[in-house]
Amino acid sequence: MGRIVVIGESHRGALSDASRELLTKAQEIAGTGGDTVSVVVLGEAARDSVKAASAKEATVIVGPGVDEYHPETYERAIAHLLDEIQPSLVLMGNTTMGMDLGAAIAARRGVAMVAYCTALVLDGETLVATSQVYGGKLASEIEVPKTGTVVTVIPGSWAPVQSSDSPDIRDVEAPVPSRLELLKVIEAEPGQDVDITKADILVSVGRGIEDPDNLELADQLAEALHGVVSCSRPVVDSGWLPRSRQVGKSGQTVKPKVYLALGISGAPEHLQGMKDAELIIAVNNDERAPIFEVAQYGATADILELMPALTEKLQERVG
Amino acid sequence: MKITVLMKDVPDLVEDLELEAGQLLVDDISFVVSEWDDQALEEALLIKDEAGADVTIVAVDTGDVDTMLYTALAKGADRAVKIVGDFTRRLTNRTRAAILAEYCKSESPDLILTGVQAIDDIDGQIAGLLAGYLDIPHASVVREVHTMDAQLHFIQEYSGGRMAEFTAASPVLLGIQAARKPPRYVTVAKVRQLQKSATLDEVQVVLPSTPGLTVRRLYKPEAAGHAEMWGDDADTVAEHIVRVLGEKKLLRS
Repeated sequence: MGRIVVIGESHRGALSDASRELLTKAQEIAGTGGDTVSVVVLGEAARDSVKAASAKEATVIVGPGVDEYHPETYERAIAHLLDEIQPSLVLMGNTTMGMDLGAAIAARRGVAMVAYCTALVLDGETLVATSQVYGGKLASEIEVPKTGTVVTVIPGSWAPVQSSDSPDIRDVEAPVPSRLELLKVIEAEPGQDVDITKADILVSVGRGIEDPDNLELADQLAEALHGVVSCSRPVVDSGWLPRSRQVGKSGQTVKPKVYLALGISGAPEHLQGMKDAELIIAVNNDERAPIFEVAQYGATADILELMPALTEKLQERVG
Repeated sequence: MKITVLMKDVPDLVEDLELEAGQLLVDDISFVVSEWDDQALEEALLIKDEAGADVTIVAVDTGDVDTMLYTALAKGADRAVKIVGDFTRRLTNRTRAAILAEYCKSESPDLILTGVQAIDDIDGQIAGLLAGYLDIPHASVVREVHTMDAQLHFIQEYSGGRMAEFTAASPVLLGIQAARKPPRYVTVAKVRQLQKSATLDEVQVVLPSTPGLTVRRLYKPEAAGHAEMWGDDADTVAEHIVRVLGEKKLLRS
């Protein structure tokens, strides 16, 4: 019997949905093998988030350097704690923190790592992970050694259940960072532009927009739909739209009534931010694009022809 | 400042990925530079343009990496290193990171840049794995790297649009999300011309032993669902969208 450790992330005193999902899975795996589920969070502000967590044990890592995410301090503190706990399995969200720390902690501790996990099941005695790779075009089935393997799970892979536990909580002191210095945290400023999380209709553009001049077509379409233009990561990285418009893992999570995905292939990082939209309509010239797997309706039309055609039809309808 | 940029090539997703017996048919697919590594190279070159730096590009020779390395030289890198040994296209990231760690230990760069991720990172991202092996500070999901008074400054993206500004003493390893500018372009002719005069430094590294994973199979996922498809005619698709939005009472007049 061993320990399954969930590295939790909290926001405003509550565990994130992604972390609660991990605890749900940890309990499910532990239930069959008699393992103990242990949750770890960092920072005093996270203490309340584990009081009713679905775990037997909770550790709050405290200290001056952990109130905000700090890669060096977090990595050292977590790796040190795991050396002490010697878990059989470590679960993290495939979030910025999970992507930043998962591999480093695995390499530091000499254990295996599985990234981009979307399913985790027991096949007899063997724990088997499914990971999304190659931009979501392929899946990989991997045997997970229960020797402390770090698994990062894409948020939303399964549903969290409500917890009725009250774990024993202990505090552990974090090391003081020595090399990296956090100068300041820059808060998101949705008010600066538009808040895409509040829009009912999103006209979301990706690489398929091809040229910044074509954004005008998306603007006109959004106006005709009384919606807002959002985008996938490459459009922001090209400097064509501000970061506040970005949907996905490192951008915003949106749940609009309609998500019109235009020229977006649907990489896992993007799907993470929009798959819970009420209605998804995707248009992409690659009929094998993963976006069609989460969309209710799809088409392979040229978006540069579709946008003006649709705008015109909407305008005609209004008269 | 000595900057090392780690690059690799990955299957081109534009093409169909053929599988046999649960494995990629690596000999039948074409490879392209991992897009995030290309971003890391551009950020290194921007640092060099801005403050001066010696930029070395490093790739593990798992097939044909020469064009990728010559292209980096044509873009402005100072040196290209090909790590040679008994490596194949099926090299795992974990072993690749251990190989790169051997190289980096001998070169002691001030700053190591690589892409934040790659499409085939099943067993972990190179940035984190290598930092763990080297026991040096690192950060991923990073952009806007500058040097100032021998210190590095960079932005790390948190989730939900939050971010943080960090400063670090070297050595440090950063996983680059995006360069400040789109990667620069060089013509094929320029790369070919440079290939006649430039050389790639070959460094031998012995295949290390690393914790492995048993991958039972790779497969094309059967989608839980698939969109109802409306074809490729723009006018027809526009009519369908108007109809569906109308039925759901989502069109305002």
